[in-house]
Amino acid sequence: MKNWKYFMGTAMLGSALILGACGDEAAESAEGTDTTDTGSEEAVVEGSVVGDGSSTVAPILEALVEEYSAQSEVQVTVGVSGTGGGFEKFIAGTTDFSNASRPIKEEEAAKLEAAGIDFTEFLLAYDGLTVVVNSENDWASDLTVEDLKKIWVEDGTTKMWSDINPEWPEEEIVFYSPGSDSGTYDYFNEVILEDADMVSAATLSEDDNILVQGVQGDVNAIGFFGYAHYLANQDTISAVSIEGVEPNNETIESGEYSPLSRPLYTYASNAAIAENPAVYDFMKYVIENAGAMAEAVGYVSAPQEEYDADMEALEALK
Amino acid sequence: MRYMNNEAVMKKMNSRKIVNLIFKGIFLFATILALMTLAVLFYRILSQGIGYLSWDFFNNFASRFPEKAGIKAALIGSIWLMAVVAPVSMFLGIGSAIYLEEYAKKNKINDFIRVNISNLAGVPSVVFGLLGLTIFVRALALGNSVLAAGFTMSLLILPVIIVASQEAIRAVPSEVRAASYGMGATKWQTITRVVLPSAIPGILTGSILALSRAIGETAPLVVIGVPVIIQFLPSGVFDTFTALPMQIYDWAKRPQADFQNVASAGIIVLMSVLLLMNSVAILIRNKFQKRY
Repeated sequence: MKNWKYFMGTAMLGSALILGACGDEAAESAEGTDTTDTGSEEAVVEGSVVGDGSSTVAPILEALVEEYSAQSEVQVTVGVSGTGGGFEKFIAGTTDFSNASRPIKEEEAAKLEAAGIDFTEFLLAYDGLTVVVNSENDWASDLTVEDLKKIWVEDGTTKMWSDINPEWPEEEIVFYSPGSDSGTYDYFNEVILEDADMVSAATLSEDDNILVQGVQGDVNAIGFFGYAHYLANQDTISAVSIEGVEPNNETIESGEYSPLSRPLYTYASNAAIAENPAVYDFMKYVIENAGAMAEAVGYVSAPQEEYDADMEALEALK
Repeated sequence: MRYMNNEAVMKKMNSRKIVNLIFKGIFLFATILALMTLAVLFYRILSQGIGYLSWDFFNNFASRFPEKAGIKAALIGSIWLMAVVAPVSMFLGIGSAIYLEEYAKKNKINDFIRVNISNLAGVPSVVFGLLGLTIFVRALALGNSVLAAGFTMSLLILPVIIVASQEAIRAVPSEVRAASYGMGATKWQTITRVVLPSAIPGILTGSILALSRAIGETAPLVVIGVPVIIQFLPSGVFDTFTALPMQIYDWAKRPQADFQNVASAGIIVLMSVLLLMNSVAILIRNKFQKRY
């Protein structure tokens, strides 16, 4: 009996202490941001901005939010549900902007129209979708789009490297591809597969590091993913040139690395920009700094004219 | 008079011993394999992550620079989440268990409820995430707040808490209850003064283990749309937040090897929280344990 009362006492006291401690922490940090921000800005914009979308675009947004939060009161949150998942939330009206590693699909645009959400597309950066092979693979250093089709489209046969070029080894090709929910897969599907089925032997993973490890571990492997994952692993895997053009900052930005140079977007709700000063303020910061931040996290910035055009579109919405 | 045929026994002795030895080997191998995996995992995580554990790691928000990346938002977010999940799930869970064991009559409907609660414990967590998204996030318009995520997590672990509490309550001998009634106590008096005091170690152990599961779950949070990129702390249960497993998953997916080390540091923090919770469960059990 005593034990029971003792227990209830400690439990209550304990929970009160824990909750109290949480409250203190929150109050303290709020104070902290107050003191650092007064003085740096005269007209303080407040409010919250909510975004979601592509995991490919997420590192750029993380860098932007990090820098933006250091100089603003606005509370920005960005989820990483993937391009499709992001649009789903955008259509449901729960987010102000949605990041995408591919252009919006017609059906998504139609659903947005039905939901009465007008949106504007802003270009953030370019990514070179990089086709990679094992670093010991000394034959496949340059492939044409036709070769890529032959390699990746399912035709019921077991694919050998020698099928593509008779001089290449008669070894089975091992495939690694991003998962079918990702914008990366969608983009590859659009420009290479053209809606044909991908080889069923392919290993699909939502985690690009799994793909990197797969290609590292097998001399007959081929895979594709964003340029940043290639950059971080270029000692252990090799990038394949497409139609004689190797992926690098210049070829990706100029579009010469075609058709695998892809734009990264964010789609913002026009109403949110017009009605919520926080959204306008954040989007302005994003357009001004997207290029630099994209370079910092391993992507390629778009030409300045593109950002100027974005900015004009944004100002027109305000 | 001989009761055993010694010869026959001796003849089979060797083969019986060998069978015994083989199975001992198989089970030893199974144990060692499990422990080895755990050891390798611990070694890998510790060797990768220990270098990133510092005061700054706990005091910084996420960053694009691995050396500046911190876990503050996720750790505080997880504590907020637990502050909602613990009272909600324990109140509902223990309450249902008391009702089902002490008050409910033994009839078909109640049997049906009991079976279904056990079944609920096996439903995948993504399904609970979808339920939370439909009911709490959208229908009740709570958004991706601490409250919505907390309610979803509570539903997820509720069946586990109910089943564990039922077991604990059932383990209290019926003679003790009968004695209490015999003294003229009401049902409620018997529950608070006789049943609960002796069932509390089992109830709390089950509850804390269930809470440990809630703190490590990612899938429902992903479905609800809990953000990863966030540079502020929640100031109430209606604010949005991020949690430890979400942050760790985000780091682990990054291309840079340094971020995978940061993810390991995050895993160390999550494991420490789990170990802390589990040791509290053990302490409580030892302190309040009573045997009849």
